[in-house]
Amino acid sequence: MDSHNGPETNPGALTQQQSNNHLLHRLFDVQKQFRHIPESSIAELANDLSLPISQVEAVVDFYSFFHRTQRGRIDILFSNCTSCGDLTMMHDLCKQLHVSPGKTRADGMVSIDSTSCIGMCDQGPALLVNGRTLTHLTGQRLEQIAAQVDAGAPVEQWPVEWFRVQDNVRKNGLLLGTAFETGAALRAAAKQGPEAMLAEIVTSGLRGRGGAGFGTGMKWKFCREARGDEHYVICNADEGEPGTFKDRVLLTSHAHAVFEGMTLCGYVIGSRKGYLYLRGEYRYMLPELYAVLARRRKAGLLGESILGQQGFNFDIEIIVGAGAYICGEESALIESMEQKRGVPRVRPPFPVTCGYQGQPTVVNNVETLAAAAHIAVHGGEWFNTHGSDKSDGTKILSISGDCATPGVYEYPFGVSIQKILDDCGAEDVQAIQVGGPSGTLIGPNEFERKLGFEDLATGGSFMIFGQQRDLLAVISNFAHFFAHESCGFCTPCRVGTTLLKNGLDKIAVGHGTKYDVDEMYGMATLVKRRSHCGLGQTAANPILDALQRFPKLFEDRLVHSDFEPHFDLDAALEEARQISHRDDAEAHLS
Amino acid sequence: MSEPIKKTISIDGEEIPYEEGQTIMDAALAADVYIPHLCHRPGLKPHGSCKLCTIEVNGRSASACTLPAAAGQEISNNTEALNGVRKTITQMLFVEGNHFCPACEKTGDCTLQAVAYHLDMLDGHFPQFYPRREVDASHASIVLDRDRCILCELCVRASREVDGKDVFAITGRGIDARLIVNSESGKLVDTDITTDDLAAHICPVGAILIKEHGYEVPIGRRTFDLHQVGEPGLEPVILSKGRHSDEH
Repeated sequence: MDSHNGPETNPGALTQQQSNNHLLHRLFDVQKQFRHIPESSIAELANDLSLPISQVEAVVDFYSFFHRTQRGRIDILFSNCTSCGDLTMMHDLCKQLHVSPGKTRADGMVSIDSTSCIGMCDQGPALLVNGRTLTHLTGQRLEQIAAQVDAGAPVEQWPVEWFRVQDNVRKNGLLLGTAFETGAALRAAAKQGPEAMLAEIVTSGLRGRGGAGFGTGMKWKFCREARGDEHYVICNADEGEPGTFKDRVLLTSHAHAVFEGMTLCGYVIGSRKGYLYLRGEYRYMLPELYAVLARRRKAGLLGESILGQQGFNFDIEIIVGAGAYICGEESALIESMEQKRGVPRVRPPFPVTCGYQGQPTVVNNVETLAAAAHIAVHGGEWFNTHGSDKSDGTKILSISGDCATPGVYEYPFGVSIQKILDDCGAEDVQAIQVGGPSGTLIGPNEFERKLGFEDLATGGSFMIFGQQRDLLAVISNFAHFFAHESCGFCTPCRVGTTLLKNGLDKIAVGHGTKYDVDEMYGMATLVKRRSHCGLGQTAANPILDALQRFPKLFEDRLVHSDFEPHFDLDAALEEARQISHRDDAEAHLS
Repeated sequence: MSEPIKKTISIDGEEIPYEEGQTIMDAALAADVYIPHLCHRPGLKPHGSCKLCTIEVNGRSASACTLPAAAGQEISNNTEALNGVRKTITQMLFVEGNHFCPACEKTGDCTLQAVAYHLDMLDGHFPQFYPRREVDASHASIVLDRDRCILCELCVRASREVDGKDVFAITGRGIDARLIVNSESGKLVDTDITTDDLAAHICPVGAILIKEHGYEVPIGRRTFDLHQVGEPGLEPVILSKGRHSDEH
């Protein structure tokens, strides 16, 4: 199934009213109207929503998609992901449109910048234009885009086929290949009761599909047993790990299963309210998601007395993020839902006892919830007979990079890396980033390793790098990504990710020495061991893995002296040369 | 029936008693065991952001100020390796801001500086970031010099939790995170802060200073000229040195 992010056919249901007042949504509206967040709107919103001015300001500054200075009427964000980004294209378009990256053209018509992975890794290069996803970029398409901008055509009038987003499901498995009958999981639940349903989830051995792998049954059980005025279900659709896009496909073509998984969870833990936290990059999906929710309400699968059962009440709202990878961390996501900066909380307490609004909350990945819905229908054993010893069931992978057929593949856990590479037509592979930048970088001598919590754990990202790739540039891209996405709460991650980024840049441009490599190793180890949350604890993985497995990458670039300064002395004189209008030999150091 | 077993944790081999609900930091402070810290102050909600109090609990890294004490915890604290980590973190705090100790009014009363001495830090080690940060001198009695801010949020919490106000907040993200104040103009003068507030005095560095009281205590007689940062019971002394004789 394909999706278009063309004109809205369904304006959404009335129950969105409440979340329309969410700070992130209000800011989106302001940004849309003024093309930035004006100072006056901050005070107005603070007043409207009874929030401190400083809180509104802090949220504006935290999320990448909000701006304090005015953007162009056409605001273009190129993905800078190694799989769905192409910054050469960004510079090409900038040249064609006479605009500098990050700056708005003087006539206010256009602004161009880059953004973290937008989840189009199987159909890139890709960009967001006024928040809408444009895929399959080519040189010709760039010229066409430039022509549209020059003609002053509003984005709504651009050809709709430019915005096509494909599912690209290449390999069906247990979840993608089993038809899901809408309502079947809830009928099974209503028939068997919450305890029996929980037992099935426990039996299935289902573990969190976001990557961390906490037992889903245990999570539901802890939350069910936790005392609170309310219980909440949150579906984490903040799919921000570069190279991951399988949740996009699940929400596009299997939204009923996802929403049903949420409702099932609500039934089991005794919750009346669920939230889907959707990453801002996937905003184009909203009309369709609202339509599915509306159909579910109409079918008696959401709302009061679900399936006619007295007391089975549950409804779902959607909160849309605004460009912050950290909000994929569950407690940061909850903070974001509470209209704050997405800063991870101190744990314990965990969300299962103290989550959204301080109440017991289950936060599950999109794929986890879809799997739970299937398990409710078919039983725990149907699931746990697949997979490996310690990893039951299947895993949906997002495969991108240097291969013939990037897309979505579902495998039972325990599948070997080589089998996956064969299936997607990857040859002459130099390295694979399993689980995205926060996962593990492996080389060809490890392709017999297997996917699973006991060997190579993954949230689904599978980025393939062929022999022709500059792997150091890839590692450097990841270092820039983490420095950009660090929330800034703890010292090791806030300062460390920037030091790592700078250290790598120095080596990449050929100014690094062995001393710099040793320094980087020390800093990477500190950031990994001492950071507050999963972002910092994994941010150094690509560097540490590359130092261990691909030391030549670094050695080849090193200057063979003991020490080189962090800056280029001659380049540092450039400003002085410009001021004095000199460029003769004596104005240079070498 | 035997006596109930006394609850203890072990810090560097020493048995330390704790009560249910205490963090490792609480238990350590009560037993006069020093764990370096900057963003922690007894009485305020633990934060766990500076990571100076990084310890190892049964081999795993943790923050002493936020981790609840529990029976069976074998804790490493005052080890060469951990003090090395803390020194590096302190250096990171120095280079990300603009800390010119000799020119700072807080020198000698500054906990960051004292911790640096305690950890034998002799230089910043890393290249300086030289960030551009705004100074806010709009308020008649209080100056906000963001160059020295280490984002510990003690002022943020003190204002909320003790003063019953909401004067300070952190905005931005990553290395661009910075301290702001809660007023439409963004200026301190337009907030409801007063010199009676704990928030005006709690800053462990020289980011929040009281005007017209500079150098009242001469260098050589300041808090850390007379005390070691790890001394038991120093918290009230640190705070009182920040207050001046004609204030209350």
